[in-house]
Amino acid sequence: MKKFWKLMLRNPGGVIGLVIITLAIFVALFGQMIFPTSPWRMVQRPFLPPFTNPMVTLGTDALGRDVFAGLIYGARVSLLVGLVSTTVALTIGVPLGAIAGYFGGKVDDALMRFTEFFQTIPSFPLAIVLVAILQPSIYSIVGSIAIVSWPPVARLVRGEVLSLRTREYVQAAIVTGQSNTWIISREILPNALSPVIVLASLMVANAILLESSLSFLGLGDPNLMSWGYMVGAGRTVIRQAWWITVFPGVAILISVLGMNLIGEGLNDALNPRLAKDSR
Amino acid sequence: MLKKFVLALALSTVSTMALAQEPKMGGTINAVIQPEPPGLMLALVQNGPTQMVSGNIYEGLLRYSKTLEPQPGLAESWTISPDAKTYTFKLKQGVTWHDGKPFTAADVLFSIETLKVTHARARNNLVQLDKVEAPDDYTVVFTLKQPFGPFIGIFEVGSMPIIPKHIYEGSDVKTNPANNTPIGTGPFMFKEWKKGSFIQLVKNPNYHVQGKPYIDGIYWQIIPDAAARSVAYETGKVDVLPGGSIENFDVPRVSKLPNTCVTGDGWEFFSPMAWMWLNNRTPVLANKKVRQAIMYAVDREFAKDVIWNGLGKVATGPSSSAIKFYTDNVPKYPYDPAKAKALLKEAGYKGEKIRLMPLPYGETWSRWGEAVKQNLVDVGMNIETIATDVPGSNQKNMEWDYDISFTYLYQYGDPALGVGRNYVTSAIQKGQLFNNLEGYSNPEVDKLFEEGAVATPDSKRKEIYEKVQKILVEDVPVAWQLELQFPTITNCKIKNLITTGIGVNDGFRDAWIDK
Repeated sequence: MKKFWKLMLRNPGGVIGLVIITLAIFVALFGQMIFPTSPWRMVQRPFLPPFTNPMVTLGTDALGRDVFAGLIYGARVSLLVGLVSTTVALTIGVPLGAIAGYFGGKVDDALMRFTEFFQTIPSFPLAIVLVAILQPSIYSIVGSIAIVSWPPVARLVRGEVLSLRTREYVQAAIVTGQSNTWIISREILPNALSPVIVLASLMVANAILLESSLSFLGLGDPNLMSWGYMVGAGRTVIRQAWWITVFPGVAILISVLGMNLIGEGLNDALNPRLAKDSR
Repeated sequence: MLKKFVLALALSTVSTMALAQEPKMGGTINAVIQPEPPGLMLALVQNGPTQMVSGNIYEGLLRYSKTLEPQPGLAESWTISPDAKTYTFKLKQGVTWHDGKPFTAADVLFSIETLKVTHARARNNLVQLDKVEAPDDYTVVFTLKQPFGPFIGIFEVGSMPIIPKHIYEGSDVKTNPANNTPIGTGPFMFKEWKKGSFIQLVKNPNYHVQGKPYIDGIYWQIIPDAAARSVAYETGKVDVLPGGSIENFDVPRVSKLPNTCVTGDGWEFFSPMAWMWLNNRTPVLANKKVRQAIMYAVDREFAKDVIWNGLGKVATGPSSSAIKFYTDNVPKYPYDPAKAKALLKEAGYKGEKIRLMPLPYGETWSRWGEAVKQNLVDVGMNIETIATDVPGSNQKNMEWDYDISFTYLYQYGDPALGVGRNYVTSAIQKGQLFNNLEGYSNPEVDKLFEEGAVATPDSKRKEIYEKVQKILVEDVPVAWQLELQFPTITNCKIKNLITTGIGVNDGFRDAWIDK
């Protein structure tokens, strides 16, 4: 573990990513304490430019709502959607991939055809359709993002399991009569985890983007302030009030960049070849 | 009434003279139509955009001034019998359909029979009609079961379009292929409809008003995105932005562009009013105090100033101030959150969840829903916004599956035509989008609206309607918000476009382009 952190911290990009996301998580967790007022409240005159009133540093939107408060509350929605939908996608993708890779044969064929069925449908249109049918809410959004993002996980895990399945220690476990569940969960998966973790960090970034895109199109949860919603609502007035779209846009950019940097850092830290070189 | 007519005629002559700074002939006008109409056969489809395009193809017996005084259309004169039960219309002679066939009283009789089947509002307008006859080719006589004051107000082109008998007789009007190439008597003829792109109308060279229309044709441009419509106007691709074409927050900016003329006129006949249906069947909202609390809690001045950019007027009650028998002598609901909180407490509201459904008609309505939600949350109500698309929201409204739901409806100049339908018990009917959706039922209100529709003279009607307005405003069956105003934005070179109470819907007849 100590080695892992040492490697992780060697990558400056990874460090920056970690700092960004830690900050974002902090804001998401404690933002409400700093900003007790709801981001939906009309607090000042509409279209107040940024840096003119110290009470509303980043200006106000078309209804006079505080853009800064929106950013703070939006962090929570973005991160929540990113983390939860990735977790859901992993809980679908990892077992499916593991079963397919371990048992092979017809099971593998059936599961992989099923996976390909999802992979052949373009993910964003599918997410739009799902949210539109299920009515926009935080649950339908998380659900649809998870549904469109699990297939790559399943394929990745399957590949890893396929190669690990032939290793001697797995063979030994089979010979000693361990149950399949035990072998998959104790012998194979822990060793297949590194690439999955890297992929997961990128999936979080992707999920944040997907949520923003859905909200931008007006398919966000109407009861939750999110960055994508802010960009979408401000889009039409961009010529009169650039700040309504620019600040949440930058927030999306930075957090997605942060997750990507972390992914890169993890990749370096978890890659045994790189680890060996460093010795 | 005859006196009124003569006066109206005199007035209209004066106004045309005043505006008659030598209309110039020729030129084509590009106008935005939003959204694309589902069809152009006005007897079958009465969506806003259909009325806007087809009102220039078809005509009604009468037209209405901005003060809602009747003016000659296909009828050149009319008389009302002293007992107010017989209306005699003299039709204009020498009018032809776009295909050259002559227009006669038989077309009018045929249209009325057809509209009774295909046009819900016309059917409703004609309930007091006993019989309609044509003693000769150019006279139509309507006989009513009992006097019905608003009857003279139902002959506008969207309410009673006259369709050609020779084309539709003996066929199923709904499936007649001629619906794709509508034939009317109006100043413009249908030329081409390129779906998703434009609808082209060309000048009717044989139009029955000498010298009109002045322009050679109209292109109705179909541009699905609001921002793109603004740009189309800025770049000169379109010259006319009818009300509602661009988002409200864009109106001030576009209005300030050089050589741009803006008017709020031309909606008097419709006088659209926005309100929130409050589902009186929902246990919480069944309590009058809660409904009153909602009226106090919502900052309607804010909605007008910020969301509608100062356009329109805060509604005082069920009637728009533009229509007959309006009174503002009713209980008032200023923005008063403290009072709203007190009322909620009195009503014993304990934070039950209330669903709010904004109108899915674009940014303005989404913002409005957000602002109202915040207003209600501020006084301690537990509001959940439901996001839907147009079919979804229609469905929920029709099934009464909502708690609070935004809408806006037209009022058609008279409380008997456009107001009563939203509050009387007989109009509670599942599966429709208008009329009494809130489920409010008050025998006294029913009785007053029934009496008001047929009372004579007008002073008696006024008394009845003022009384019913007071009762309704006290009871708050729905939460009235704003009398909407939809500004029409035009390039200033377009002259004399808005001359009637339905604006661009029949305005191109008199419009001309200054070159």
